[in-house]
Amino acid sequence: MAPMTAGPQKVDLREPRSWRRTKNRLATALMVLAFVLVIIPLGLVLATVIAKGASVISWSFLTSQIPPSVLPANTGGIGPAVLGTIEITALAALLAVPLGILGAVYINEYGGTGPLARIIGFLADVMTGVPSFIMGLFIFSIWVLHFGFSGLAGAFALGCLMLPIVIRSTDEMLKLVPNELREGSYALGATKARVTLTVVLPAALGGIVSGVLLAVARAAGETAPLLFTILTVTAANPNVFSGANTSLPSQIFVNASSPYVGAQARGWGAALTLIAIAFILMIAARIVTARFARYAP
Amino acid sequence: MSSVLQQHRARPPNALAERRPLGDRGFQILALAAGLVVLVILLLIAISTSQQASSWFSTEGTGIFSSNWNPAANQFGALAFIYGTAITAVIAIVLAVPVSVGIALLLTQVVPRRWARPIVYVIDLLAVVPSVVWGLWGILVFAPWIQGIYGSVGSGVQGVPVLGPLLGPPTSGASFFTAGIILAFMITPIVTSLSREVTATVPAIDREGAYALGATRLEMIRGVVLPHSQGGIVGAVLLGLGRAMGETIAAALVIGSSATITSHLLAPGYNMPAVIANEFGEATGVFRSALMGLGVLLFVFTIIINVLARTIVARSARRGRGA
Amino acid sequence: MEHPELHVATNLPRPERTAEQRVGSAPGELIFEMKNVSIWYSAFKAVTDVSMNIHEREITAFIGSSGSGKTTVLRSFNRMNDLVPGARLEGEMSYRGVPLYGKDASATAVRRRIGMVFQKPNPFPKSIYDNVAFGPRINGQRHKGKLDEIVERSLRRAALWDEVKNRLRTSGLSLSGGQAQRLCIARAIAVEPDVVLMDEPASSLDPIATGAIEDLMRELKSQLTIVVVTHNMQQATRVSDRTAFFHVLADSETDTRTGVLVEHGSTEQIFQDPRDSRTKAYVTGRMG
Repeated sequence: MAPMTAGPQKVDLREPRSWRRTKNRLATALMVLAFVLVIIPLGLVLATVIAKGASVISWSFLTSQIPPSVLPANTGGIGPAVLGTIEITALAALLAVPLGILGAVYINEYGGTGPLARIIGFLADVMTGVPSFIMGLFIFSIWVLHFGFSGLAGAFALGCLMLPIVIRSTDEMLKLVPNELREGSYALGATKARVTLTVVLPAALGGIVSGVLLAVARAAGETAPLLFTILTVTAANPNVFSGANTSLPSQIFVNASSPYVGAQARGWGAALTLIAIAFILMIAARIVTARFARYAP
Repeated sequence: MSSVLQQHRARPPNALAERRPLGDRGFQILALAAGLVVLVILLLIAISTSQQASSWFSTEGTGIFSSNWNPAANQFGALAFIYGTAITAVIAIVLAVPVSVGIALLLTQVVPRRWARPIVYVIDLLAVVPSVVWGLWGILVFAPWIQGIYGSVGSGVQGVPVLGPLLGPPTSGASFFTAGIILAFMITPIVTSLSREVTATVPAIDREGAYALGATRLEMIRGVVLPHSQGGIVGAVLLGLGRAMGETIAAALVIGSSATITSHLLAPGYNMPAVIANEFGEATGVFRSALMGLGVLLFVFTIIINVLARTIVARSARRGRGA
Repeated sequence: MEHPELHVATNLPRPERTAEQRVGSAPGELIFEMKNVSIWYSAFKAVTDVSMNIHEREITAFIGSSGSGKTTVLRSFNRMNDLVPGARLEGEMSYRGVPLYGKDASATAVRRRIGMVFQKPNPFPKSIYDNVAFGPRINGQRHKGKLDEIVERSLRRAALWDEVKNRLRTSGLSLSGGQAQRLCIARAIAVEPDVVLMDEPASSLDPIATGAIEDLMRELKSQLTIVVVTHNMQQATRVSDRTAFFHVLADSETDTRTGVLVEHGSTEQIFQDPRDSRTKAYVTGRMG
């Protein structure tokens, strides 16, 4: 300690040369490293899928029949799987989306702070954490055992998966609609149903659609619920209501476990297709949010 | 006078107390029914799958927790799969949580707002990769490559007391550890996003209080942000754990499909969702019932973990607001 | 009580106190010197052309209506505006002769010497002990005995010791408003700063707690310099030696507003014989 007498003394305001500054910089570097550690696998997966898939992809690939696994890469395609994914996912969305939106409407517009609304909201949250294969086992138990494998069963399973996701995202969007909008409509004598249908839902529509697109992207990529409900086959099945079916993720699963190079190559092609679909849906969701969502989070 | 006004005046005063129109009532009932569907589905899942699993429970009794898994001999002790689920989930959490929390802190405490968006896009992109694509890449590209690394590590730690049995040779590309790594990639988005939500809401005045004492950013994070966020981060970790335990397809492809209980992490193994995915197709009778039972167990585990996680997050959010 | 380790580690000079300085009749050493300082938040010029000197062991009050720049100038003394993206300072600003915004000045070193108490008490989500010990700990003080001493001394100086001495391990969040603010003051003085900046420290407290804070300010004045922003003019007259009046200057042509320093003098002079008409309007309008 240096005792000072009165008189101007220069104070040292420089950063003390200490471990503290180094630790701070190290911590920042580690945080950046964490991000880099995440970019690497993402980049590798995407690069591999694009590289290996691009060599197989073509319009005929997307529409041709699925050949036996042993056949080489440039034969056949994954047409049935594309058809299956489209029809099963569309059916699942048809089932889950109206139900999900109505459920969120109940929680937000009718339930208020009552216990039932809170319980349903809580359970919907919990349900999003249930592993997806359980939906498949569930539909297997109550439907497939009685009515057989079908695209419909797969749609039920995917629908169960989508339902809580749609409820949750719609709920968030409805919350963002300002109350003044509702009150203005009530003041004109409208019933709650009318207010909801003509004012609240249209106001939240952009956000709701965006959430639905993301839920569809998620469902399109799921394999496990379909494992127990559609009985992956190689023949195209335009009838989604009866008979076994296939889908892109199911086909990729089969091909991934195959020892044949041809099948693996087709698997990469299917993976590229699937990622492209998910990507397009994700971008569409963002565009919808940017252009049409009046009340963005 | 306009006709509307005439009609209005013509109505007797007590007509203001009208009964609610049928359409409104009907809509409310419809909405309530839709909400209840969630409840109904969860209940039905529990009931139907337990019923399907009942023959396994009754045949094996407490033997369901034994390590004797031999379908050919009608033995269905599931310990190996429970072990595998636990081990791979733990590996995934140990790898993913520091990375996820690090990214969350990077986003909320370090980078200027402009740079946050592209980083979040990357995380969203990570989340959008389907499980089966992770599995495809995992088994055809990642596993063969990492087996080389395992080999070097394995021969390096041969004979070393703790690390030897854990990481020594022989090694397989498809193993507990590989599954753990792939699972870590997959749960990072959700742990990051939840951690981000909670670290973003630390009140500015608390952070300024630490800076005003001359703290560096790291000291501020350790002194204010982390204590404030610990409930939320615990919740995020639990949700990540639940996801890791239930993730099926990627695990099924890269775990090695060998029902063994071993401390050797670089050896092939098995876990609950993987065996269900791989073997359900041909299973019948008690075998199928056993696989259903594994599903029931996992259903119960993940529900408990999810409820715990959400409760912890909600409680710490309330405490944070009240403070 | 001296804590040599703390001083050596941070190179803080400890000027002796002469009798004159204690009484405050002659101004002590120059603590802050501002010359033509303007502060921007991105495109918004919050404060224009402020020049002011603050001497040690005075209490200076900043008064003026909302938006007049008092808090902005206060926060520029300990470089808290650095935390706001787009904040910019022009002009010269120095602390004890050293440029505060110079290349050689680090924000953490500045804040170690110039502490701050905020408008709303902000105890950390930690125990009372850990709140007060936070500053000394990050500055390298690990010895438990010394920390105990520092915590007790700071809490005594903040007139909080007797109330909390038996529950030092309970959470800082469990204190009442007035106690929490005194905890924040104890926390700020635990690192033995040279200056303490206070941003309306009593505005969220009841009159009794306010009185306690004001007593504290008078006590602390003998050892350090205080600058306090306040909306309460009685408080300014009760507590401060010098007062600076800030005002919002509106330019109707460009439709901009900015804060300026109108008058700065002894408290007695500002309130009883204000030289600027705007000062007069403000102090007489609010009094009585």
